[in-house]
Amino acid sequence: MSRLIDARGLALVRGGRLLFEGLDVTLDGGEGLHLTGPNGCGKSSLIRLIAGLLLPTVGTIERAGAALADEHLALDRELPLGRALAFWRGPNLGNALTAFDLDRIADVPVRMLSTGQGRRARLARVMASAAPLWLLDEPLNGLDAAGTEQLAGAIAGHRASGGAVVTASHVPLAGDWRMLELSA
Amino acid sequence: MIGALIAREVRRGLAGAAWLPVIFFLLVAAIVPFAVGPDAQLLARIGGGALWIAALTAALLPIERLVEPDRGDGILDQLALSGASEEGIAAAKIIGHWLTFGPLLLLAAIPASVLVGLDGAALLRAIVALAIGTPALAALAVTVAALTAGLPRAGSLAGLLLMPLAVPLVIFGAAATGADPGGALKLEAAVALLTLVGAPFVTAAAIRAART
Repeated sequence: MSRLIDARGLALVRGGRLLFEGLDVTLDGGEGLHLTGPNGCGKSSLIRLIAGLLLPTVGTIERAGAALADEHLALDRELPLGRALAFWRGPNLGNALTAFDLDRIADVPVRMLSTGQGRRARLARVMASAAPLWLLDEPLNGLDAAGTEQLAGAIAGHRASGGAVVTASHVPLAGDWRMLELSA
Repeated sequence: MIGALIAREVRRGLAGAAWLPVIFFLLVAAIVPFAVGPDAQLLARIGGGALWIAALTAALLPIERLVEPDRGDGILDQLALSGASEEGIAAAKIIGHWLTFGPLLLLAAIPASVLVGLDGAALLRAIVALAIGTPALAALAVTVAALTAGLPRAGSLAGLLLMPLAVPLVIFGAAATGADPGGALKLEAAVALLTLVGAPFVTAAAIRAART
């Protein structure tokens, strides 16, 4: 199995507070890593570190190509959903739209989407990217039962094909996950 | 990705309010004769400078929509993850912004020159000087937009930042528009070039700094 994340000795100071130190994170293809811990313990920060959007105070991170779904929609609100997602050039967009049942609302402008539909759109962008590493920050927020099932299916398929997933979630996810608990 | 980003900037600029800076530019030019009186000779002498002040204030208007919406909505983060460099993003934003700002302003400079009483030769000099200067104004606008993105009262702060940064450009641009340009046009071009080359790097650093 190929190594998709190799992070050594991570420490992060945010707002004058040490969130974690001496943290090693390694993840191989096919694996899933579930980050848990109380609010403010640095789960989202760790995901942004792995994404490369934050720099660690100490430590090194190497990772494969990654796609991120966080709390931001990052879609042009005036465009239809299909075109807004197509801007991100995901090679796997057609499958992703089907997997999250977004086909039938592909013509709806992004600003008209409900919270749950917006959530699915974020996950669909991750799936469409065909990146080997998925970074999902609270992916279940705002998803209904059907959406939760679609996500579980997408994650299972991605891991079966050699991809890896890092998620931060307060809710347990379906499937087999390696747990990493961050303390406050 | 950069091409798609430029196209996106142009589309959003046109769908947004690309005409707003142009109307503003014309309004400021129209107010000048009211403020200084109907003395044609005096107007023709200060007209070039007045056009530059109008162009500078017009450049301020779009600043708030240039970077902050994309930062706040996570688009800059997603672009970084898709492999685009911040410098590339900044360059695309500058090009895209100029395309919806520069040509329209140059068109509007024709009626504006008439309003401030410039004759044919002076009109031509004004168009040339503005054609060289507007890319630098667009670059400054994007840079200042990135520097103030996410700050409270970013709009007013952007004005305070942009005006002093544009002073060299306005000095040489207005001189190149005047009756005795000398080497002003070359100096204006040099300042514009320096601004254009530096702006993507400053903008990129500002985008990265805004993440922490």
